[in-house]
Amino acid sequence: MSPVAEGQTKGKDAKDMQEYKFTVSSSPHVRCNETIPKIMWNVVAALVPAAAFGVFYFGMNALVNIFVAIVSAVIFEYLWEKMMHKKITIQDGSAVITGLLLAMTCPPTLPWWMSIVGSFLAIVVCKQSMGGLGYNLFNPAHVGRAGLMVSWPVAMTTWTSLNGTVDAVASATPLNVLKHNGHDALLSMFGGDPMTMYQQMFIGFRNGSMGETSTVLLVLGGLYLIYKGYVNWQVPVTMIATVGILMWIVGGIPLGTGLFSGDPLFHMMAGGLVIGAFFMATDMVTAPITLKGQIIFALGCGLITVLIRLVGGYPEGVCYSILLMNALTPLIDRLVKPRVFGAVKAKGAK
Amino acid sequence: MMKSFIGGVHPDDGKIYAKDKAIETLAVPEEVVIPMSQHFGAPCTPTVKVGDHVKKGQLIGTSDAFLHADIHASTSGDVIKVAPMPHNMMVKCMSVVIKSDGLDEWADGLPEEHDWNQLNSKEIIDLIKKAGVVGCGGATFPAHVKLTPNKPVDVFIVNGAECEPYLTADYRGMLECSDRLVTGVQICMKALGVQTGYIGVEDNKPEAVKVLQEAFKGVDGVSVEALPTKYPQGAEKMLIKAVTGREVEPGGLPMNVGCVVSNVGTVLAIADAVCHGIPFIERITTVTGDCIKEPKNLLVRIGTSYQACVDYCGGFSKQPDRVISGGPMMGLAQFSLDVPIAKGASGITCLSAEKCEVGEESPCIRCGRCVVACPMGLIPSQLSIFSERSAWEKCMEYGVMNCVECGSCVYTCPAKRNIVQYIRNAKGQCKALQAAAKAKTEAQKAKAEPSLKDTIKRM
Repeated sequence: MSPVAEGQTKGKDAKDMQEYKFTVSSSPHVRCNETIPKIMWNVVAALVPAAAFGVFYFGMNALVNIFVAIVSAVIFEYLWEKMMHKKITIQDGSAVITGLLLAMTCPPTLPWWMSIVGSFLAIVVCKQSMGGLGYNLFNPAHVGRAGLMVSWPVAMTTWTSLNGTVDAVASATPLNVLKHNGHDALLSMFGGDPMTMYQQMFIGFRNGSMGETSTVLLVLGGLYLIYKGYVNWQVPVTMIATVGILMWIVGGIPLGTGLFSGDPLFHMMAGGLVIGAFFMATDMVTAPITLKGQIIFALGCGLITVLIRLVGGYPEGVCYSILLMNALTPLIDRLVKPRVFGAVKAKGAK
Repeated sequence: MMKSFIGGVHPDDGKIYAKDKAIETLAVPEEVVIPMSQHFGAPCTPTVKVGDHVKKGQLIGTSDAFLHADIHASTSGDVIKVAPMPHNMMVKCMSVVIKSDGLDEWADGLPEEHDWNQLNSKEIIDLIKKAGVVGCGGATFPAHVKLTPNKPVDVFIVNGAECEPYLTADYRGMLECSDRLVTGVQICMKALGVQTGYIGVEDNKPEAVKVLQEAFKGVDGVSVEALPTKYPQGAEKMLIKAVTGREVEPGGLPMNVGCVVSNVGTVLAIADAVCHGIPFIERITTVTGDCIKEPKNLLVRIGTSYQACVDYCGGFSKQPDRVISGGPMMGLAQFSLDVPIAKGASGITCLSAEKCEVGEESPCIRCGRCVVACPMGLIPSQLSIFSERSAWEKCMEYGVMNCVECGSCVYTCPAKRNIVQYIRNAKGQCKALQAAAKAKTEAQKAKAEPSLKDTIKRM
């Protein structure tokens, strides 16, 4: 084992070196294979089952609205970036998510052109005017929805039951009925049996926004994102549990049944809570960056949702609760930071 | 649950290429280029001139500075050049070029056998200093300085984590030189006067754990710890945390928590230096990557060119995009193979373009993956944004100086942001700012109040 260095003459060295050119860069030289488009398209995939259920349950108008919202969101993003001479980023999937989420949180009977207005508010006003993906302070889809809500409150709260078993008559969402007509009226919507109500709500056979009704499909989509590591499970769990626990404690008060008489199961599945908790409170851009911050954020979302549902003017408050907490995100990020390695805990030192 | 630290990432460890290749000795090249700066500290000044004949192990460079490590000839021959030559870290560095006479003769009195049991702490340290041993992991801190901490220490830790992907030099060293490692550890513990020793090894090297557990069976106070495979497990502070549970405070040194950490290669060099008086003139280095025809672990003389190492391994099998001095996470990309192996050269990693695809950088989407990955508990994304905006004060407020530049944040970033590169820039700027601020306050102080001496004189 005494290899000799004779093969390596100077001349050969020089020749070899000219053959190869190396890239010089600062370390690290390897990257993981995760990309923004990959994350975004996975979120889209996680939303598709619940959206498909919406189309199946609410019919063609839901499909038209979802389609219009997505296409218009992508077109607005493209046009803005073209106008501003920015890099076109429509292929990253983020505009698709915005359009899809916007449609899924609006009533199925919404006139299609309103979806376009909502997309404009979401993409142009909320997202691009602040600098595009990564810079927006508020969840774009929810800004679009909130804008539509204040502009066309009637259209945004007209819930036509398109369920084949019921005539296509204007009726209300379960939360609406509970707020204005009480618990018995709510139960009678589902034939008077609580178990039937839970079952129907779990599967998604109820009035509501296009994509928010199917609890089971939304949870499955959410579990997929948790499995992929794009969502911290603590966020949806905290938000939904906060609503459930608080509703159990104080949910009965407006109904006159006192403390600890609320219906947590109903409230956890009603309205836009599940879609909000899994897909909007977990939006990376608009939620705090640390896990601790995210849990505080989710707790706040749950709390505000309960407040609005019980004492607010609207029957539902998920959208506003998330938008309000979005506003607090920079503050939470400033206050909640990870502990620097080796730094002594302040209280222990004193 | 195995002992570890919070954070970290799991890059492809790439050990498969060279893991099972026994250490081979590379023949002494015709010419060695020995840089005068191969250590953390003041560069050495050559003590030989062109035309001198030198022998293997002879001192050829030294310095008056406290923080330096002597440099020795790695073979016998004539000095044909003393001039700045290409260097893997500094582009160019004053170097001594020796043309081998093919005899490879030891300098007078070498090797010099010692029974380390008979030596006291000071004698051990002197031998290590004389041999010019430095940390082999890459930081190249002079070993004799590290082994004379000015604070009481009670634990000596051998860093066998080798968390840097692709590199297997330490792994082979642990497998094949476990006897010397045992001696080295005992010597270091004696020099430090400590009773407790640990060898931390990542659990992707189960054979090494087994071999070492066997080798250290009869040695009191030393335990071999299998640690979870997670980058940067081998970072000094992370290793101390994993093994002892102690945390070095921000800006602090391991000795502040009573620990001294040395790399496997360093301990082997210490064993040679103390037992045989052999200076640090050769080391184990890994030549690996997907572009190397036959990846190998080599025992090479200091001053051998990268070219010679790559040629010995059959050359390139395909066009390498990067040739990295060290591993892919913290190594330095080279633009030429015309650089010498120095004391800190743990490996030459040659990667193809698809292995080190960077991707296009886009704005941060605040996903928080870097926050989870950061072993130091920083918010890398925020630091990179502050650095982009030249908000240096903000960078300092967010603890930029604590960054160990492990690159975990960059590895994990889906937006492909060059976070650690921004942070390096910020650290440089912040250091300059701090220095300027210090100079300013001192100047003001000197101006405002006359020195005590002046006051006394006037009285």
